[in-house]
Amino acid sequence: MFRRNFIALATAGLFALGVAGPAAAQDDFIIVQSTTSTQNSGLFDYMLPMFQKETGIEVRVVAVGTGQAIKNAANGDGDVLFVHAKASEEQFVADGDGVERSDVMYNDFVIVGPPSDPAGVAGMSDVAAAMVKISDAGAAFASRGDDSGTHKAELRLWKDAGVDVAAASGGWYRETGSGMGGTLNTGTGMDAYIMTDRATWISFGNKGDYQIAVEGDAKMFNQYGIILVNPEKHSNVKAEQGQKFIDWVLSEAGQAVIADYKIDGQQLFFPNAK
Amino acid sequence: MDSFSGILMEAIELILSWDSDVIEIIMLSLRVTLCAVLLACVIGLPLGAIVGAFRFPMRTGVVVVMNTLMGLPPVVVGLLVYLMLSASGPMGVLGLLYTPTAMIIAQTILVTPIVAALTRQVIEDLNLEYSEQFASLGVRPIERIFALLWDARYSLLTVALAGFGRAVAEVGAVIIVGGNINHVTRVMTTTIALETSKGNLQLALALGLILLLIAVVVNILLMAIRGTAARAAYV
Repeated sequence: MFRRNFIALATAGLFALGVAGPAAAQDDFIIVQSTTSTQNSGLFDYMLPMFQKETGIEVRVVAVGTGQAIKNAANGDGDVLFVHAKASEEQFVADGDGVERSDVMYNDFVIVGPPSDPAGVAGMSDVAAAMVKISDAGAAFASRGDDSGTHKAELRLWKDAGVDVAAASGGWYRETGSGMGGTLNTGTGMDAYIMTDRATWISFGNKGDYQIAVEGDAKMFNQYGIILVNPEKHSNVKAEQGQKFIDWVLSEAGQAVIADYKIDGQQLFFPNAK
Repeated sequence: MDSFSGILMEAIELILSWDSDVIEIIMLSLRVTLCAVLLACVIGLPLGAIVGAFRFPMRTGVVVVMNTLMGLPPVVVGLLVYLMLSASGPMGVLGLLYTPTAMIIAQTILVTPIVAALTRQVIEDLNLEYSEQFASLGVRPIERIFALLWDARYSLLTVALAGFGRAVAEVGAVIIVGGNINHVTRVMTTTIALETSKGNLQLALALGLILLLIAVVVNILLMAIRGTAARAAYV
């Protein structure tokens, strides 16, 4: 009886391995390391099925912060990198981790705030002036603090405005260390101003009575780029299928799909491939 | 803030609508978790039984390590498995990263210490009770292990359930090694995390309720098996 019990357990273990197997077997897919903004806005859910229908290639998206996406791609854990931090992307290519960087689309960052508007910045379009006002008022500001594309852009803007946020960290400047959605959830909970990309904001479901306070500054431009991970450095990279995806995204058809994607009648991303 | 009755309604609607995406996610959650618990039992039950039934040098040290590993932080396990399976890691050639198999590996690492440590305690207690009989009958060590495991089977079912509870509720490890890829590695917990980050708190909570419901069903099923088996044993 003991023996039988053991055999049953062993069989169960083998069965477990067998069940675990098949998912890895399917071959015609690529992995795209991308950011939460493209995923959470629903853009990928909208455009990837069209690409798959045309080419038969399944696109598997890993959506993390831009910083983590770039690191994952540099480890060779992905075929294509689709993020929004131009300087880091160019560094990625310069380091030999990526083949070539192309502009795909853009949108812009906005600063959202509570209706009470404690810093009096509602309606402003000069982001530097608005940031100085927030800092002077000591009004709460929730930052991603996670080395993401949005976080990097936000830090650049604070620097431009001449505000030293590192000194204020833990005071009015609060680094949540989470993704865009997590930071919006936390920030709206403590009446803080938050900088977010417009696409995430439009599609965000927990806005409460928050509104866009600062928008329209050219400095808040948010460019997305796409890069094939270097197959010479990582032999596992599916260069052919990855390139097919990049070509499609940059093609007229792909660009039109991006322009077509709307939530509540608002266009989320503006294609600008050359 | 949404009312709890609204959240409850949404959960019920989600179940009743039998949405194929939700079903797929539930099935993957069950598959990953049950595979991990099975593997953890295959490794952890004999391991725990051996440590529980025999004396050997450094035994206390082994017990301390086993008990400590019960508290393994999921994110750390996720990172370790990621580093192992990454294309630039030692096991990168296997191409397992971002697959359900990777998630099963991570959860097995999390659950095995729980199964092993709790089994050790159960078997140790039982062994004390049986030791004189074992000695007088001259039972061989391997038979002793099987006899102890068999006689403790109902307690060990609870041990397996503790492992199941850990695995089914875990998000930190599976989101790193699975990548939360739609239709491939998206499970209940990573979906809840995703919907929370989208600000869809009501949907996230509704999914959480469904997850809880699944756990209840699994527990009821196992208790039913236990009840049937126990009755059969006394006939």
